[in-house]
Amino acid sequence: MTTSPHVHELGMPGSPIDARIQQAIADSVATQGEKQTALKAKDMKTDQEVRWCPGCGDYVILNAVQSFLPSLGIAREDMVIVSGIGCSSRFPYYMNTYGMHSIHGRAPAIATGLAASRPDLSVWVVTGDGDALSIGGNHLIHALRRNVNMTILLFNNRIYGLTKGQYSPTSEVGKVTKSTPMGSLDHPFNPVSLAIGADATFVGRAMDSDRKGLTEVLRQAAEHEGTALVEIYQNCNIFNDGAFDLLKDSSTGPMWTIPLVHGQPLVFGPDGASCVVRDESGGLRIAETNQVDAGEIVVHDATREDPSYAFALSRLSSQDLRYTPMGVFRSVRKPTYDRMMADQLADARTEGAGDLDTLLAGSDTWTVSA
Amino acid sequence: MTALDPSTTPGSSAPGGLVKSVVELDRVVIRLAGDSGDGMQLTGNRFTSETASFGNDLSTLPNFPAEIRAPTGTLPGVSSFQLHFADHDIMTPGDAPDVLVAMNPAALRANLADLPGGGLVIADSDEFTPRNLAKVGYATNPLEDGSLDGWQVVAVPLTSMTLEALKDSGLGKKEAERSKNMFTLGLLSWMYHRPTEGTVRFLERQFRRKPEIAAANIAAFRAGYNYGETTEAFAVSYEIKPAPMAPGRYRNISGNQALALGLVAAGQRSGLPVFLGAYPITPASDILHELSRHKSFGVRTFQAEDEIAGIGAALGASFGGALGITTTSGPGVSLKSETIGLAVMTELPLVIVDVQRGGPSTGLPTKTEQSDLLQAMFGRNGEAPLPVIAPRSPGDCFDAALEASRIALKYRTPVMLLSDGYLANGAEPWAIPAADELPDLRVDFATEPNGAAADGTPEFLPYLRDPETLSRPWAIPGTAGMQHRIGGLEKADKSGNISYDPANHDLMTRLRQAKVDGIAADIPPTDVDDPDGDARVAVIGWGSTYGPIGAAVRRIRRSGRKVAQIHLRHISPFPADLGDVLRRYDRVVCPEMNLGQLSLLLRAKYLVDVQSHTQVRGLPFRAAELAAVVQDVIDSTPGGQK
Ligand SMILES: Cc1ncc(C[n+]2csc(CCOP(=O)(O)OP(=O)(O)O)c2C)c(N)n1
Ligand code: SF4
Ligand SMILES: [Mg+2]
Repeated sequence: MTTSPHVHELGMPGSPIDARIQQAIADSVATQGEKQTALKAKDMKTDQEVRWCPGCGDYVILNAVQSFLPSLGIAREDMVIVSGIGCSSRFPYYMNTYGMHSIHGRAPAIATGLAASRPDLSVWVVTGDGDALSIGGNHLIHALRRNVNMTILLFNNRIYGLTKGQYSPTSEVGKVTKSTPMGSLDHPFNPVSLAIGADATFVGRAMDSDRKGLTEVLRQAAEHEGTALVEIYQNCNIFNDGAFDLLKDSSTGPMWTIPLVHGQPLVFGPDGASCVVRDESGGLRIAETNQVDAGEIVVHDATREDPSYAFALSRLSSQDLRYTPMGVFRSVRKPTYDRMMADQLADARTEGAGDLDTLLAGSDTWTVSA
Repeated sequence: MTALDPSTTPGSSAPGGLVKSVVELDRVVIRLAGDSGDGMQLTGNRFTSETASFGNDLSTLPNFPAEIRAPTGTLPGVSSFQLHFADHDIMTPGDAPDVLVAMNPAALRANLADLPGGGLVIADSDEFTPRNLAKVGYATNPLEDGSLDGWQVVAVPLTSMTLEALKDSGLGKKEAERSKNMFTLGLLSWMYHRPTEGTVRFLERQFRRKPEIAAANIAAFRAGYNYGETTEAFAVSYEIKPAPMAPGRYRNISGNQALALGLVAAGQRSGLPVFLGAYPITPASDILHELSRHKSFGVRTFQAEDEIAGIGAALGASFGGALGITTTSGPGVSLKSETIGLAVMTELPLVIVDVQRGGPSTGLPTKTEQSDLLQAMFGRNGEAPLPVIAPRSPGDCFDAALEASRIALKYRTPVMLLSDGYLANGAEPWAIPAADELPDLRVDFATEPNGAAADGTPEFLPYLRDPETLSRPWAIPGTAGMQHRIGGLEKADKSGNISYDPANHDLMTRLRQAKVDGIAADIPPTDVDDPDGDARVAVIGWGSTYGPIGAAVRRIRRSGRKVAQIHLRHISPFPADLGDVLRRYDRVVCPEMNLGQLSLLLRAKYLVDVQSHTQVRGLPFRAAELAAVVQDVIDSTPGGQK
């Protein structure tokens, strides 16, 4: 495998405060040889039996990720996958990297501490729609606004899988489940809108079964410096089968999917019959391509600083998934939290490292003589 | 309590020919009380610093309302600061003041009941206006109506004298008035022969950017001092000789400060970066503030979105090889419980600091209590044992923080460090330790496989334990060839793979407990103070009751009775000899600022009939009251009073 030239350079734990960490890594390399970066998909697998239901969308995502990660040219030892709780959160056990299967909703917080203190690592979070948006909603929005360098994969199956099928914060209104026999009442989140509202610097969306599209979004997310959120539509064939069929089915998919390609006009549907134009109130709307001037069709620009464009894109889709944009909504550069934290530590040491004796003495002392 | 053995020395002559006498005292307790806006905490802290640098032993008790600024002049807005200083070694901030400084009627009303008859009241007469009196329900002015006849009262127009002193300062009336606390400090500094240079230097430093404010405060401070020297209102000043202390260099330190410095020191002595994840909460926030200032020591501080994120981030950092720390108070511990369980399961080092306050729920945020002990011990789902450590005094917070870090790192476990509001804000002189004499906290990261797969290839087993400590290897991300996954699901012994095997779960549950229990072999034996070794009654305590219990024990011994003091720093596990120690005594009394949590543990574990004595007033025990309780026990124990 070749090293992707796009991958940003991971910061090294360069400061002397991390000397013992560096030493441990150096010692391990001395006894076990250099960390390998020329890897294949099979190198990413573990000996653990994968225990999702047969047919679950999680399998295809796992395969896509295992195939894609080696292309980053990052050693397995320098990758950490942190997950919460849910079917999807079993992910780390199947990845031959460092990993932590933590507790429900808290993975972004745990990953924040790890990524902020170890900028040399490539940190990934795997979470579900319940994990990230119900119990962990607070951590998610704060991770996004802070922009710590990590990539969050949100497996959205619009259901609670592990607890056997209750509706989730992304389920459509009226969802009939065991806990909502007469239909759910609460309005769902659109995770992409939520992330953009939280000022996320990178937001993308992909489909589990679309290996090519998923890999492309993952690649851009991995290259992004800062917190990247990728919503992955994932089929739970046991409790919410067919949730994304409207978009997957070759007869309906093209009609309702808006592919986002940076620099390209937003034209979609069979024969490019539909397009996205600005509407009078400042948002976006769907139009028929032959009814508008070519110049009116919006050209996708994920790098726009102002999040209102990406937000408007995310609002095009309805909760039944018609007009769903897929791809990278937003990708902007902002300083990352971990780098700024490292800079503050370095600044504080410009006059030299702290001296413990001086610190302990403080500014007001007195001496008792013998 | 008034002074013991006052001995008047020959009068000295003040300017103007006024003859003033100097009375020597062995100890004094002063309480400064005023409105939250009056700067009583600052005044108290300055007086404390002057007193510390003079060489007295001292102990302080700040007491402030939970509201930042309750309405001016009302009872809920009263803030106070009590300082006990002496020419000998003391253990508490004093049961009751000898001197009460009342900056307004509310301060008088809120504190007078604590001042024993004959005690001295110094009041700012300017503030005793009809309006201010009415605010706190005084129909007439107590400074004039004779209701204070049982006390010595000196009414001083502190506000107007401050204004007079600052009339040429160029400051407006409102601004000039703010310096009245410094005028008061000046007066007290004269009364108690405090050195003044420190305060002048402090004011210059504090108001570096506002020289006119610095000058005004210094002028008010000096005016107060001069007023004491020249006025006839105060005919006596007091001398309290320095206390004999072991030779060495000292500073004054509060519990939160000491705890924060202990954590920095733990980072330095372990060679690991420190990562603090915290969410602000009284009375723990000052640790976050203090640690945030020490980035040059490689300390990373992260103010999280909530307590759960604070501890989560700390645990994530620990996974990455840092000394992960989270600081909070009781309500925050409640939120952290699930993550503490994860730390127990993943067996990673983590220090959890709980600066206890009055509970339950929001409780008494600015007051002290010891009621989180059982929460610390058991407040998690499942069998989730962890070590619990408690400091005994403000300065001891430093050593306790080092000890908590030592155990966390060596045994790869979350450790609960239980401070409290009284220790956090209280202060005392502290012998400054030499950095290179502090304990060595270095531990090794795992860098090589420790096992072999069936086919003989080397393999890393993240749950293969050290046979002696039972701790598991700490292999951090980035280490070549050591990739592994950890998490909250039950782990198979050695391999750490997910396991639902019944026998394995039983084994792992017992191993986690055995690891914590085994720490008993790695801590000092029980700390027992029983001078002749023949007391029949022992008093046992933990945490901040050390001072009041110690002071009570001294009183009891002065009365000719025998009593032992047992103090626990380690509550989980208990010292190995604790059961034997307890059984040596006919009666064991356990005073606590809760409803008997340590007693419950001692009774359950050792089947000893511990007698619980409890109080939850948000304030430390009074030594005299404790002494009376214990004395009764001694007197009713056959052979108790020898
Ligand atoms: C504190 C806590 N509350 C509840 C649960 C139970 N629980 C486990 S997973 C889950 C929902 C998972 O849904 P989602 O995040 O969508 O993951 P999925 O299983 O669908 O992949 C819940 C409620 C738990 N493990 N911990
Ligand atoms: S319950 Fe659904 S999400 Fe969970 S493993 Fe089965 S199919 Fe996948
Ligand atoms: Mg789900």
